[in-house]
Amino acid sequence: MSEEYTPKSKFGKWFNDRLPLLSLANHLTDYPTPKNLNYWWTFGGILTFCLITQIVTGLVLAMHYIAHADMAFDSVEHIMRDVNYGWLIRYIHANGASMFFLAVYIHIFRSLFYGSYKAPREIIWIIGIIIYLLMMAAAFMGYVLPWGQMSFWGATVITNLFSAIPLVGEGIVTWLWGGYSVDNPTLTRFFTLHYLIPFLILGLVVLHIWALHVPGNNNPVGIDIKKPSKDTVPFHPYIVIKDGFALLMFMIVFAFFVFYTPNILGHADNYIEANPLVTPAHIVPEWYLLPFYAILRSVPDKLLGVVAMLSAIFILAALPWLDTSKIRSAVFRPLYRQFYWILVADVLILGYVGAMPAEGLYLLIARIATAYYFLHFLVILPILGYKEKTLPVPLSITDPILGGSPNLATARNKESLSNK
Amino acid sequence: MSEKKTNRRDFLFTATYAMGAVGVGATVWPMIDQMNPDASVKALASTEVDISSVNPGKTITVLWRGKPVFIRRRTEDEITEARSVKLDDLKHPEKDEDRAKNPEWLVMLGVCTHLGCVPLDQKGDYNGWFCPCHGSHYDISGRIRKGPAPTNMEIPKYEFVNSNTIKIG
Repeated sequence: MSEEYTPKSKFGKWFNDRLPLLSLANHLTDYPTPKNLNYWWTFGGILTFCLITQIVTGLVLAMHYIAHADMAFDSVEHIMRDVNYGWLIRYIHANGASMFFLAVYIHIFRSLFYGSYKAPREIIWIIGIIIYLLMMAAAFMGYVLPWGQMSFWGATVITNLFSAIPLVGEGIVTWLWGGYSVDNPTLTRFFTLHYLIPFLILGLVVLHIWALHVPGNNNPVGIDIKKPSKDTVPFHPYIVIKDGFALLMFMIVFAFFVFYTPNILGHADNYIEANPLVTPAHIVPEWYLLPFYAILRSVPDKLLGVVAMLSAIFILAALPWLDTSKIRSAVFRPLYRQFYWILVADVLILGYVGAMPAEGLYLLIARIATAYYFLHFLVILPILGYKEKTLPVPLSITDPILGGSPNLATARNKESLSNK
Repeated sequence: MSEKKTNRRDFLFTATYAMGAVGVGATVWPMIDQMNPDASVKALASTEVDISSVNPGKTITVLWRGKPVFIRRRTEDEITEARSVKLDDLKHPEKDEDRAKNPEWLVMLGVCTHLGCVPLDQKGDYNGWFCPCHGSHYDISGRIRKGPAPTNMEIPKYEFVNSNTIKIG
Protein backbone atom coordinates (compact mmCIF):
# COMPACT_ATOMS: atom_id res chain seq x y z
CA MET A 1 0.00 0.00 0.00
CA SER A 2 1.48 3.27 -1.03
CA GLU A 3 -0.10 6.60 -0.28
CA GLU A 4 2.90 8.20 -2.01
CA TYR A 5 2.76 6.08 -5.12
CA THR A 6 4.96 7.37 -7.94
CA PRO A 7 5.06 5.77 -11.39
CA LYS A 8 8.40 4.37 -12.50
CA SER A 9 8.59 5.86 -15.97
CA LYS A 10 9.14 9.55 -16.60
CA PHE A 11 6.10 9.76 -18.87
CA GLY A 12 4.02 7.89 -16.30
CA LYS A 13 4.99 10.41 -13.65
CA TRP A 14 4.28 13.34 -15.98
CA PHE A 15 0.85 11.92 -16.83
CA ASN A 16 0.04 10.90 -13.28
CA ASP A 17 0.79 14.38 -11.96
CA ARG A 18 -1.85 15.72 -14.33
CA LEU A 19 -4.42 12.90 -14.13
CA PRO A 20 -3.72 10.36 -11.36
CA LEU A 21 -5.11 7.36 -13.24
CA LEU A 22 -2.02 5.33 -12.40
CA SER A 23 -2.45 6.12 -8.72
CA LEU A 24 -6.04 4.91 -9.00
CA ALA A 25 -4.95 1.70 -10.73
CA ASN A 26 -2.33 1.23 -8.02
CA HIS A 27 -4.94 1.77 -5.32
CA LEU A 28 -7.22 -0.82 -6.94
CA THR A 29 -4.54 -3.48 -7.30
CA ASP A 30 -2.96 -2.97 -3.89
CA TYR A 31 -6.29 -2.39 -2.11
CA PRO A 32 -5.99 -4.37 1.15
CA THR A 33 -8.75 -6.94 1.41
CA PRO A 34 -9.64 -9.13 4.42
CA LYS A 35 -8.01 -12.46 3.81
CA ASN A 36 -11.02 -14.44 5.03
CA LEU A 37 -13.49 -13.25 2.36
CA ASN A 38 -15.56 -16.23 1.28
CA TYR A 39 -17.34 -16.86 -2.02
CA TRP A 40 -20.38 -14.84 -0.96
CA TRP A 41 -18.11 -11.82 -1.41
CA THR A 42 -17.56 -12.55 -5.10
CA PHE A 43 -20.99 -11.31 -6.13
CA GLY A 44 -19.90 -7.67 -6.30
CA GLY A 45 -17.63 -8.54 -9.21
CA ILE A 46 -20.30 -10.79 -10.70
CA LEU A 47 -22.81 -7.92 -10.56
CA THR A 48 -20.39 -5.60 -12.36
CA PHE A 49 -20.11 -8.26 -15.05
CA CYS A 50 -23.93 -8.48 -15.23
CA LEU A 51 -24.28 -4.71 -15.63
CA ILE A 52 -21.71 -4.57 -18.41
CA THR A 53 -23.28 -7.55 -20.17
CA GLN A 54 -26.68 -5.84 -20.08
CA ILE A 55 -25.27 -2.57 -21.37
CA VAL A 56 -23.35 -4.20 -24.23
CA THR A 57 -26.13 -6.55 -25.35
CA GLY A 58 -28.71 -3.77 -24.85
CA LEU A 59 -26.70 -1.43 -27.03
CA VAL A 60 -26.67 -4.06 -29.77
CA LEU A 61 -30.41 -4.76 -29.45
CA ALA A 62 -31.16 -1.04 -29.65
CA MET A 63 -29.52 -1.04 -33.10
CA HIS A 64 -32.24 -3.38 -34.38
CA TYR A 65 -35.25 -2.69 -32.16
CA ILE A 66 -37.97 -0.24 -33.24
CA ALA A 67 -39.74 1.57 -30.40
CA HIS A 68 -43.15 1.92 -32.01
CA ALA A 69 -46.39 0.26 -30.95
CA ASP A 70 -47.01 -1.00 -34.50
CA MET A 71 -43.50 -2.30 -35.10
CA ALA A 72 -41.93 -3.21 -31.75
CA PHE A 73 -43.26 -6.77 -31.62
CA ASP A 74 -42.24 -7.50 -35.22
CA SER A 75 -38.83 -5.92 -34.72
CA VAL A 76 -38.17 -8.29 -31.80
CA GLU A 77 -39.10 -11.23 -34.03
CA HIS A 78 -36.84 -9.71 -36.69
CA ILE A 79 -34.02 -9.75 -34.12
CA MET A 80 -34.78 -13.38 -33.28
CA ARG A 81 -34.99 -14.61 -36.89
CA ASP A 82 -33.08 -12.30 -39.21
CA VAL A 83 -30.31 -10.47 -37.36
CA ASN A 84 -27.02 -12.39 -37.24
CA TYR A 85 -26.81 -13.93 -33.75
CA GLY A 86 -29.82 -11.79 -32.78
CA TRP A 87 -31.37 -14.76 -30.96
CA LEU A 88 -28.22 -15.16 -28.89
CA ILE A 89 -27.91 -11.49 -28.02
CA ARG A 90 -31.58 -11.17 -27.07
CA TYR A 91 -31.54 -14.34 -24.98
CA ILE A 92 -28.41 -13.11 -23.17
CA HIS A 93 -30.13 -9.79 -22.49
CA ALA A 94 -33.42 -11.31 -21.32
CA ASN A 95 -31.82 -14.01 -19.16
CA GLY A 96 -29.14 -11.54 -18.14
CA ALA A 97 -31.81 -9.56 -16.31
CA SER A 98 -32.73 -12.65 -14.30
CA MET A 99 -29.08 -13.46 -13.63
CA PHE A 100 -28.54 -9.86 -12.53
CA PHE A 101 -31.34 -10.17 -9.98
CA LEU A 102 -30.19 -13.61 -8.84
CA ALA A 103 -26.77 -12.14 -8.12
CA VAL A 104 -28.16 -9.00 -6.48
CA TYR A 105 -30.37 -11.04 -4.14
CA ILE A 106 -27.40 -13.15 -3.07
CA HIS A 107 -25.39 -9.94 -2.64
CA ILE A 108 -28.12 -8.37 -0.49
CA PHE A 109 -28.64 -11.46 1.65
CA ARG A 110 -24.86 -11.69 2.10
CA SER A 111 -24.99 -8.18 3.56
CA LEU A 112 -27.92 -9.15 5.79
CA PHE A 113 -26.07 -12.18 7.16
CA TYR A 114 -22.75 -10.51 7.82
CA GLY A 115 -24.16 -7.12 8.88
CA SER A 116 -22.39 -5.30 6.06
CA TYR A 117 -24.97 -2.48 6.20
CA LYS A 118 -23.92 -1.39 9.70
CA ALA A 119 -21.73 1.59 10.60
CA PRO A 120 -19.55 2.76 8.97
CA ARG A 121 -21.06 1.31 5.78
CA GLU A 122 -24.57 2.82 5.80
CA ILE A 123 -23.97 4.95 2.69
CA ILE A 124 -22.71 1.95 0.72
CA TRP A 125 -25.88 0.13 1.72
CA ILE A 126 -28.25 2.98 0.83
CA ILE A 127 -26.59 3.50 -2.56
CA GLY A 128 -27.03 -0.24 -3.04
CA ILE A 129 -30.76 0.02 -2.31
CA ILE A 130 -31.08 2.88 -4.83
CA ILE A 131 -29.28 0.72 -7.41
CA TYR A 132 -31.70 -2.11 -6.62
CA LEU A 133 -34.69 0.22 -7.11
CA LEU A 134 -33.30 1.44 -10.44
CA MET A 135 -32.71 -2.17 -11.47
CA MET A 136 -36.36 -2.95 -10.85
CA ALA A 137 -37.42 0.10 -12.86
CA ALA A 138 -35.10 -0.83 -15.73
CA ALA A 139 -36.22 -4.47 -15.69
CA PHE A 140 -39.89 -3.51 -15.68
CA MET A 141 -39.52 -1.05 -18.58
CA GLY A 142 -37.35 -3.49 -20.50
CA TYR A 143 -40.05 -6.12 -20.16
CA VAL A 144 -42.54 -3.72 -21.79
CA LEU A 145 -40.42 -3.19 -24.91
CA PRO A 146 -41.20 -6.46 -26.80
CA TRP A 147 -44.82 -5.27 -26.77
CA GLY A 148 -46.27 -8.71 -26.08
CA GLN A 149 -49.34 -9.40 -24.02
CA MET A 150 -47.39 -9.60 -20.74
CA SER A 151 -45.51 -6.41 -21.67
CA PHE A 152 -48.70 -4.52 -22.28
CA TRP A 153 -50.65 -5.74 -19.28
CA GLY A 154 -47.66 -5.60 -16.97
CA ALA A 155 -47.23 -1.96 -17.98
CA THR A 156 -50.93 -1.33 -17.44
CA VAL A 157 -50.98 -2.90 -13.98
CA ILE A 158 -47.76 -1.35 -12.69
CA THR A 159 -48.54 2.16 -13.95
CA ASN A 160 -52.01 1.83 -12.44
CA LEU A 161 -50.35 1.45 -9.02
CA PHE A 162 -49.96 5.22 -9.11
CA SER A 163 -53.71 5.65 -9.45
CA ALA A 164 -53.91 4.61 -5.78
CA ILE A 165 -52.52 8.00 -4.80
CA PRO A 166 -55.45 10.10 -3.53
CA LEU A 167 -56.65 13.09 -5.61
CA VAL A 168 -53.75 13.28 -8.11
CA GLY A 169 -53.39 9.55 -8.84
CA GLU A 170 -55.45 9.44 -12.04
CA GLY A 171 -53.68 12.53 -13.36
CA ILE A 172 -50.28 10.99 -12.70
CA VAL A 173 -51.22 7.80 -14.52
CA THR A 174 -52.42 9.75 -17.57
CA TRP A 175 -49.17 11.70 -17.45
CA LEU A 176 -47.12 8.47 -17.27
CA TRP A 177 -49.00 7.00 -20.22
CA GLY A 178 -49.04 10.14 -22.35
CA GLY A 179 -52.64 9.24 -23.17
CA TYR A 180 -55.65 7.44 -21.80
CA SER A 181 -54.13 3.97 -21.94
CA VAL A 182 -50.74 2.32 -22.39
CA ASP A 183 -49.91 3.07 -26.01
CA ASN A 184 -47.19 4.30 -28.33
CA PRO A 185 -46.21 7.36 -26.24
CA THR A 186 -45.78 5.05 -23.24
CA LEU A 187 -43.59 2.70 -25.25
CA THR A 188 -41.25 5.38 -26.58
CA ARG A 189 -40.70 6.96 -23.15
CA PHE A 190 -40.13 3.56 -21.57
CA PHE A 191 -37.54 2.81 -24.22
CA THR A 192 -35.77 6.11 -23.56
CA LEU A 193 -35.71 5.54 -19.80
CA HIS A 194 -34.73 1.89 -20.20
CA TYR A 195 -31.71 3.10 -22.15
CA LEU A 196 -30.87 5.79 -19.59
CA ILE A 197 -31.17 3.87 -16.31
CA PRO A 198 -28.23 1.45 -16.80
CA PHE A 199 -25.90 4.43 -17.08
CA LEU A 200 -27.34 5.91 -13.90
CA ILE A 201 -26.71 2.53 -12.28
CA LEU A 202 -23.15 2.54 -13.62
CA GLY A 203 -22.55 5.93 -12.00
CA LEU A 204 -24.01 4.72 -8.71
CA VAL A 205 -21.85 1.59 -8.89
CA VAL A 206 -18.80 3.85 -9.01
CA LEU A 207 -20.07 5.67 -5.90
CA HIS A 208 -20.91 2.30 -4.28
CA ILE A 209 -17.33 1.11 -4.78
CA TRP A 210 -15.85 4.46 -3.80
CA ALA A 211 -17.83 4.42 -0.56
CA LEU A 212 -16.69 0.83 -0.03
CA HIS A 213 -13.05 1.74 -0.39
CA VAL A 214 -13.26 4.28 2.43
CA PRO A 215 -13.77 1.80 5.32
CA GLY A 216 -12.78 -1.26 3.25
CA ASN A 217 -14.59 -4.56 2.96
CA ASN A 218 -16.55 -6.09 5.79
CA ASN A 219 -15.62 -9.73 6.32
CA PRO A 220 -17.18 -12.98 7.59
CA VAL A 221 -15.95 -12.29 11.13
CA GLY A 222 -17.44 -8.79 10.92
CA ILE A 223 -14.73 -7.03 12.92
CA ASP A 224 -12.79 -3.89 12.07
CA ILE A 225 -9.32 -4.80 10.92
CA LYS A 226 -6.13 -2.85 10.49
CA LYS A 227 -5.26 -2.20 6.85
CA PRO A 228 -2.84 -3.26 5.64
CA SER A 229 -1.92 -5.93 8.16
CA LYS A 230 -1.50 -9.66 8.53
CA ASP A 231 -5.31 -9.78 8.27
CA THR A 232 -5.31 -8.47 4.71
CA VAL A 233 -4.16 -9.52 1.27
CA PRO A 234 -3.79 -7.22 -1.77
CA PHE A 235 -6.80 -7.20 -4.11
CA HIS A 236 -4.57 -8.31 -6.95
CA PRO A 237 -3.92 -11.18 -7.46
CA TYR A 238 -5.75 -12.82 -4.55
CA ILE A 239 -9.28 -11.42 -4.92
CA VAL A 240 -9.02 -11.03 -8.69
CA ILE A 241 -8.41 -14.77 -9.06
CA LYS A 242 -11.11 -15.70 -6.57
CA ASP A 243 -13.65 -13.35 -8.19
CA GLY A 244 -12.62 -14.63 -11.61
CA PHE A 245 -13.19 -18.24 -10.65
CA ALA A 246 -16.59 -17.45 -9.10
CA LEU A 247 -17.51 -15.49 -12.22
CA LEU A 248 -16.70 -18.50 -14.38
CA MET A 249 -18.97 -20.70 -12.26
CA PHE A 250 -21.69 -18.06 -12.50
CA MET A 251 -21.29 -17.88 -16.28
CA ILE A 252 -21.88 -21.63 -16.51
CA VAL A 253 -25.28 -21.17 -14.85
CA PHE A 254 -25.93 -18.14 -17.06
CA ALA A 255 -24.99 -20.07 -20.21
CA PHE A 256 -27.19 -22.98 -19.17
CA PHE A 257 -30.24 -20.73 -19.20
CA VAL A 258 -29.26 -18.95 -22.42
CA PHE A 259 -28.49 -22.07 -24.43
CA TYR A 260 -30.68 -24.80 -22.96
CA THR A 261 -33.79 -23.19 -21.58
CA PRO A 262 -33.87 -19.56 -22.67
CA ASN A 263 -37.61 -19.05 -22.20
CA ILE A 264 -38.21 -20.83 -18.91
CA LEU A 265 -38.01 -17.62 -16.89
CA GLY A 266 -40.37 -15.76 -19.22
CA HIS A 267 -44.04 -16.19 -20.04
CA ALA A 268 -45.37 -17.76 -23.22
CA ASP A 269 -48.05 -15.04 -23.38
CA ASN A 270 -45.39 -12.50 -24.24
CA TYR A 271 -45.02 -14.13 -27.64
CA ILE A 272 -48.54 -12.91 -28.41
CA GLU A 273 -48.63 -9.33 -29.67
CA ALA A 274 -50.11 -6.75 -27.28
CA ASN A 275 -53.88 -6.58 -27.49
CA PRO A 276 -55.56 -3.76 -25.54
CA LEU A 277 -58.89 -5.63 -25.66
CA VAL A 278 -57.89 -8.91 -23.98
CA THR A 279 -56.03 -9.47 -20.71
CA PRO A 280 -54.16 -12.79 -20.32
CA ALA A 281 -55.91 -15.20 -17.95
CA HIS A 282 -53.06 -15.37 -15.47
CA ILE A 283 -50.87 -12.31 -15.21
CA VAL A 284 -47.72 -12.40 -13.07
CA PRO A 285 -44.54 -10.32 -13.05
CA GLU A 286 -41.07 -11.74 -13.61
CA TRP A 287 -39.86 -14.01 -10.82
CA TYR A 288 -37.60 -11.40 -9.22
CA LEU A 289 -40.52 -9.10 -8.46
CA LEU A 290 -42.84 -11.81 -7.10
CA PRO A 291 -42.26 -11.27 -3.34
CA PHE A 292 -43.28 -7.63 -3.66
CA TYR A 293 -46.19 -8.57 -5.88
CA ALA A 294 -47.37 -10.98 -3.15
CA ILE A 295 -47.19 -8.18 -0.57
CA LEU A 296 -49.19 -5.89 -2.86
CA ARG A 297 -51.94 -8.45 -3.31
CA SER A 298 -52.09 -9.52 0.31
CA VAL A 299 -53.46 -6.14 1.42
CA PRO A 300 -57.19 -5.85 0.63
CA ASP A 301 -57.04 -2.10 0.04
CA LYS A 302 -55.75 -0.46 -3.14
CA LEU A 303 -53.80 2.39 -1.54
CA LEU A 304 -52.54 0.42 1.45
CA GLY A 305 -51.42 -2.43 -0.82
CA VAL A 306 -49.22 -0.06 -2.80
CA VAL A 307 -47.95 1.52 0.41
CA ALA A 308 -47.10 -1.91 1.85
CA MET A 309 -45.26 -2.94 -1.31
CA LEU A 310 -43.19 0.23 -1.48
CA SER A 311 -42.53 0.12 2.28
CA ALA A 312 -41.19 -3.41 1.92
CA ILE A 313 -38.43 -2.00 -0.27
CA PHE A 314 -37.83 1.31 1.48
CA ILE A 315 -37.67 -0.33 4.90
CA LEU A 316 -34.35 -1.81 3.76
CA ALA A 317 -32.86 1.68 3.57
CA ALA A 318 -33.60 2.15 7.29
CA LEU A 319 -32.04 -1.19 8.18
CA PRO A 320 -28.74 0.21 9.57
CA TRP A 321 -30.79 1.97 12.26
CA LEU A 322 -33.42 -0.73 12.80
CA ASP A 323 -30.75 -3.32 13.61
CA THR A 324 -29.55 -2.20 17.03
CA SER A 325 -26.93 -4.91 17.55
CA LYS A 326 -23.32 -3.76 17.76
CA ILE A 327 -22.12 -7.12 16.44
CA ARG A 328 -22.03 -7.29 12.66
CA SER A 329 -21.60 -10.91 11.68
CA ALA A 330 -24.40 -13.44 12.27
CA VAL A 331 -21.61 -15.92 13.05
CA PHE A 332 -21.55 -14.43 16.57
CA ARG A 333 -25.31 -13.85 16.82
CA PRO A 334 -26.95 -17.23 17.51
CA LEU A 335 -30.50 -15.85 17.66
CA TYR A 336 -30.21 -13.47 14.73
CA ARG A 337 -28.84 -16.33 12.68
CA GLN A 338 -32.10 -18.22 13.17
CA PHE A 339 -34.26 -15.20 12.40
CA TYR A 340 -32.12 -14.57 9.33
CA TRP A 341 -32.95 -17.96 7.88
CA ILE A 342 -36.63 -17.52 8.77
CA LEU A 343 -36.54 -14.25 6.79
CA VAL A 344 -34.93 -16.02 3.83
CA ALA A 345 -37.69 -18.65 3.95
CA ASP A 346 -40.31 -15.92 4.36
CA VAL A 347 -39.15 -14.10 1.21
CA LEU A 348 -39.04 -17.38 -0.75
CA ILE A 349 -42.59 -18.17 0.41
CA LEU A 350 -43.70 -14.69 -0.64
CA GLY A 351 -42.14 -15.29 -4.02
CA TYR A 352 -43.96 -18.61 -4.36
CA VAL A 353 -47.40 -17.32 -3.39
CA GLY A 354 -46.80 -14.28 -5.60
CA ALA A 355 -46.80 -16.64 -8.57
CA MET A 356 -50.00 -18.37 -7.42
CA PRO A 357 -53.57 -17.06 -7.71
CA ALA A 358 -54.43 -14.62 -4.91
CA GLU A 359 -57.18 -16.69 -3.31
CA GLY A 360 -57.89 -19.19 -0.53
CA LEU A 361 -54.89 -20.69 1.24
CA TYR A 362 -52.38 -18.83 -0.94
CA LEU A 363 -53.83 -15.51 0.13
CA LEU A 364 -53.73 -16.52 3.79
CA ILE A 365 -50.08 -17.60 3.51
CA ALA A 366 -49.24 -14.38 1.67
CA ARG A 367 -50.80 -12.33 4.48
CA ILE A 368 -48.94 -14.18 7.21
CA ALA A 369 -45.66 -13.93 5.31
CA THR A 370 -46.20 -10.21 4.65
CA ALA A 371 -46.90 -9.58 8.33
CA TYR A 372 -43.79 -11.52 9.29
CA TYR A 373 -41.64 -9.59 6.80
CA PHE A 374 -42.48 -6.31 8.52
CA LEU A 375 -42.32 -7.91 11.96
CA HIS A 376 -38.74 -8.98 11.26
CA PHE A 377 -37.54 -5.49 10.44
CA LEU A 378 -39.71 -3.37 12.71
CA VAL A 379 -39.91 -5.51 15.87
CA ILE A 380 -37.52 -8.45 15.94
CA LEU A 381 -34.36 -6.64 14.79
CA PRO A 382 -34.64 -3.62 17.15
CA ILE A 383 -35.37 -5.83 20.19
CA LEU A 384 -32.81 -8.49 19.30
CA GLY A 385 -29.97 -5.97 19.56
CA TYR A 386 -30.72 -5.49 23.25
CA LYS A 387 -31.83 -8.98 24.28
CA GLU A 388 -29.49 -11.26 22.34
CA LYS A 389 -26.52 -12.84 24.12
CA THR A 390 -23.81 -12.73 21.46
CA LEU A 391 -20.73 -14.94 21.26
CA PRO A 392 -17.27 -13.48 21.97
CA VAL A 393 -15.79 -11.84 18.89
CA PRO A 394 -12.10 -12.42 18.03
CA LEU A 395 -9.76 -9.43 18.09
CA SER A 396 -8.46 -10.13 14.61
CA ILE A 397 -9.04 -12.51 11.73
CA THR A 398 -5.79 -14.31 12.44
CA ASP A 399 -6.27 -14.67 16.21
CA PRO A 400 -8.77 -17.55 16.35
CA ILE A 401 -6.52 -19.60 14.09
CA LEU A 402 -3.23 -18.91 15.85
CA GLY A 403 -4.77 -18.94 19.32
CA GLY A 404 -4.94 -16.02 21.73
CA SER A 405 -8.60 -15.48 20.95
CA PRO A 406 -10.90 -14.39 23.70
CA ASN A 407 -13.12 -17.09 22.32
CA LEU A 408 -11.12 -19.81 24.08
CA ALA A 409 -13.54 -22.57 23.31
CA THR A 410 -13.13 -21.98 19.59
CA ALA A 411 -9.36 -21.78 19.87
CA ARG A 412 -9.16 -24.99 21.93
CA ASN A 413 -11.49 -26.75 19.58
CA LYS A 414 -9.26 -25.78 16.64
CA GLU A 415 -6.20 -26.96 18.56
CA SER A 416 -7.64 -30.35 19.42
CA LEU A 417 -8.73 -30.76 15.80
CA SER A 418 -5.27 -30.00 14.54
CA ASN A 419 -3.72 -32.39 17.06
CA LYS A 420 -5.66 -35.32 15.74
CA MET B 1 22.63 -21.24 -21.44
CA SER B 2 20.59 -23.80 -19.60
CA GLU B 3 17.60 -25.22 -21.40
CA LYS B 4 14.33 -24.17 -19.79
CA LYS B 5 12.34 -27.21 -18.90
CA THR B 6 8.67 -26.97 -19.84
CA ASN B 7 6.73 -28.13 -16.87
CA ARG B 8 3.12 -28.97 -16.21
CA ARG B 9 2.36 -25.47 -14.99
CA ASP B 10 3.60 -23.87 -18.23
CA PHE B 11 1.32 -26.17 -20.16
CA LEU B 12 -1.63 -25.28 -17.97
CA PHE B 13 -0.97 -21.55 -18.41
CA THR B 14 -0.72 -21.84 -22.18
CA ALA B 15 -3.80 -24.02 -22.41
CA THR B 16 -5.77 -21.63 -20.20
CA TYR B 17 -4.76 -18.55 -22.19
CA ALA B 18 -5.58 -20.35 -25.44
CA MET B 19 -9.02 -21.36 -24.19
CA GLY B 20 -9.55 -17.85 -22.88
CA ALA B 21 -8.68 -16.37 -26.26
CA VAL B 22 -11.11 -18.72 -28.00
CA GLY B 23 -13.80 -17.80 -25.48
CA VAL B 24 -13.27 -14.07 -25.90
CA GLY B 25 -13.30 -14.45 -29.69
CA ALA B 26 -16.49 -16.52 -29.62
CA THR B 27 -18.11 -13.88 -27.39
CA VAL B 28 -17.02 -10.87 -29.41
CA TRP B 29 -17.81 -12.26 -32.87
CA PRO B 30 -21.65 -12.28 -32.49
CA MET B 31 -21.48 -8.66 -31.31
CA ILE B 32 -19.59 -7.74 -34.49
CA ASP B 33 -21.47 -9.98 -36.91
CA GLN B 34 -24.84 -8.59 -35.83
CA MET B 35 -23.97 -5.41 -37.73
CA ASN B 36 -23.52 -7.31 -41.02
CA PRO B 37 -26.48 -7.53 -43.44
CA ASP B 38 -29.17 -9.64 -41.82
CA ALA B 39 -31.33 -12.34 -43.39
CA SER B 40 -34.09 -9.88 -44.33
CA VAL B 41 -31.61 -7.70 -46.18
CA LYS B 42 -30.02 -10.64 -47.95
CA ALA B 43 -33.49 -11.78 -49.03
CA LEU B 44 -33.75 -8.60 -51.13
CA ALA B 45 -30.55 -9.39 -53.01
CA SER B 46 -32.23 -9.67 -56.44
CA THR B 47 -34.79 -7.51 -58.22
CA GLU B 48 -36.77 -8.17 -61.42
CA VAL B 49 -37.44 -5.20 -63.70
CA ASP B 50 -40.00 -4.89 -66.49
CA ILE B 51 -38.30 -3.03 -69.37
CA SER B 52 -41.07 -3.30 -72.00
CA SER B 53 -41.99 0.37 -71.72
CA VAL B 54 -38.47 1.80 -72.10
CA ASN B 55 -38.03 3.51 -75.48
CA PRO B 56 -34.67 3.87 -77.26
CA GLY B 57 -32.70 6.84 -75.89
CA LYS B 58 -34.33 6.63 -72.48
CA THR B 59 -32.94 5.59 -69.13
CA ILE B 60 -34.88 4.19 -66.19
CA THR B 61 -33.52 4.03 -62.66
CA VAL B 62 -34.47 1.18 -60.36
CA LEU B 63 -33.53 0.49 -56.75
CA TRP B 64 -31.45 -2.61 -56.08
CA ARG B 65 -29.95 -3.25 -52.61
CA GLY B 66 -30.72 0.36 -51.73
CA LYS B 67 -28.71 1.68 -54.69
CA PRO B 68 -29.83 3.08 -58.05
CA VAL B 69 -29.33 0.94 -61.15
CA PHE B 70 -29.45 2.72 -64.54
CA ILE B 71 -31.04 0.76 -67.35
CA ARG B 72 -30.53 2.59 -70.64
CA ARG B 73 -31.93 1.53 -73.96
CA ARG B 74 -29.28 2.91 -76.26
CA THR B 75 -29.86 4.20 -79.81
CA GLU B 76 -27.89 2.90 -82.80
CA ASP B 77 -25.76 6.08 -82.76
CA GLU B 78 -24.92 5.65 -79.13
CA ILE B 79 -23.90 2.03 -79.61
CA THR B 80 -21.68 2.99 -82.52
CA GLU B 81 -20.14 5.78 -80.47
CA ALA B 82 -19.54 3.55 -77.46
CA ARG B 83 -17.94 0.78 -79.52
CA SER B 84 -15.69 3.08 -81.55
CA VAL B 85 -13.76 4.50 -78.61
CA LYS B 86 -10.10 3.44 -78.57
CA LEU B 87 -9.04 1.65 -75.42
CA ASP B 88 -5.95 3.84 -75.22
CA ASP B 89 -8.16 6.86 -74.60
CA LEU B 90 -9.66 5.31 -71.48
CA LYS B 91 -8.54 5.76 -67.91
CA HIS B 92 -10.01 2.37 -67.05
CA PRO B 93 -9.85 0.40 -70.31
CA GLU B 94 -12.90 -1.78 -70.84
CA LYS B 95 -14.57 -2.74 -74.11
CA ASP B 96 -18.19 -1.74 -74.50
CA GLU B 97 -18.81 -5.31 -75.68
CA ASP B 98 -17.80 -6.52 -72.22
CA ARG B 99 -19.96 -3.97 -70.45
CA ALA B 100 -23.13 -4.46 -72.46
CA LYS B 101 -23.63 -8.03 -73.65
CA ASN B 102 -26.80 -6.98 -75.43
CA PRO B 103 -25.60 -3.71 -77.03
CA GLU B 104 -29.06 -2.14 -76.89
CA TRP B 105 -29.21 -2.37 -73.11
CA LEU B 106 -26.71 -0.87 -70.71
CA VAL B 107 -27.37 -2.04 -67.13
CA MET B 108 -25.10 -0.27 -64.71
CA LEU B 109 -24.85 0.65 -61.04
CA GLY B 110 -25.66 4.37 -60.96
CA VAL B 111 -23.05 5.16 -58.37
CA CYS B 112 -20.06 7.36 -59.10
CA THR B 113 -16.88 5.44 -58.29
CA HIS B 114 -15.34 8.53 -56.74
CA LEU B 115 -17.36 8.98 -53.53
CA GLY B 116 -20.73 7.40 -54.19
CA CYS B 117 -22.99 10.15 -55.60
CA VAL B 118 -25.56 9.44 -58.32
CA PRO B 119 -24.41 10.88 -61.69
CA LEU B 120 -26.84 12.86 -63.89
CA ASP B 121 -28.17 11.36 -67.10
CA GLN B 122 -27.19 12.81 -70.54
CA LYS B 123 -24.83 15.36 -69.10
CA GLY B 124 -21.10 15.99 -69.31
CA ASP B 125 -18.56 16.25 -72.12
CA TYR B 126 -19.03 12.68 -73.38
CA ASN B 127 -22.85 12.49 -73.84
CA GLY B 128 -23.08 10.01 -71.00
CA TRP B 129 -23.28 10.84 -67.33
CA PHE B 130 -21.88 13.62 -65.21
CA CYS B 131 -21.42 13.47 -61.45
CA PRO B 132 -22.39 16.81 -59.86
CA CYS B 133 -20.45 16.18 -56.65
CA HIS B 134 -16.89 16.42 -57.94
CA GLY B 135 -17.22 16.63 -61.72
CA SER B 136 -16.57 13.16 -63.11
CA HIS B 137 -17.57 12.69 -66.77
CA TYR B 138 -18.70 9.26 -68.02
CA ASP B 139 -19.35 8.22 -71.60
CA ILE B 140 -22.36 6.42 -73.02
CA SER B 141 -20.91 3.13 -71.84
CA GLY B 142 -20.55 4.45 -68.29
CA ARG B 143 -16.76 4.62 -68.55
CA ILE B 144 -14.83 7.32 -66.75
CA ARG B 145 -13.35 9.84 -69.18
CA LYS B 146 -12.56 12.95 -67.14
CA GLY B 147 -12.54 13.86 -63.47
CA PRO B 148 -11.50 12.31 -60.16
CA ALA B 149 -13.37 8.97 -60.33
CA PRO B 150 -10.85 6.11 -60.56
CA THR B 151 -12.89 3.46 -62.41
CA ASN B 152 -15.85 2.95 -64.70
CA MET B 153 -19.30 2.64 -63.19
CA GLU B 154 -19.84 -0.90 -62.05
CA ILE B 155 -21.86 -3.45 -64.01
CA PRO B 156 -23.95 -5.57 -61.63
CA LYS B 157 -24.72 -9.23 -62.18
CA TYR B 158 -27.90 -9.41 -64.26
CA GLU B 159 -29.64 -11.57 -66.80
CA PHE B 160 -32.53 -11.33 -69.22
CA VAL B 161 -35.30 -13.55 -67.87
CA ASN B 162 -37.20 -12.94 -71.13
CA SER B 163 -37.13 -10.17 -73.73
CA ASN B 164 -39.13 -7.86 -71.43
CA THR B 165 -37.65 -8.64 -68.02
CA ILE B 166 -34.21 -8.14 -66.48
CA LYS B 167 -33.27 -9.80 -63.19
CA ILE B 168 -30.62 -7.87 -61.32
CA GLY B 169 -28.57 -9.69 -58.68
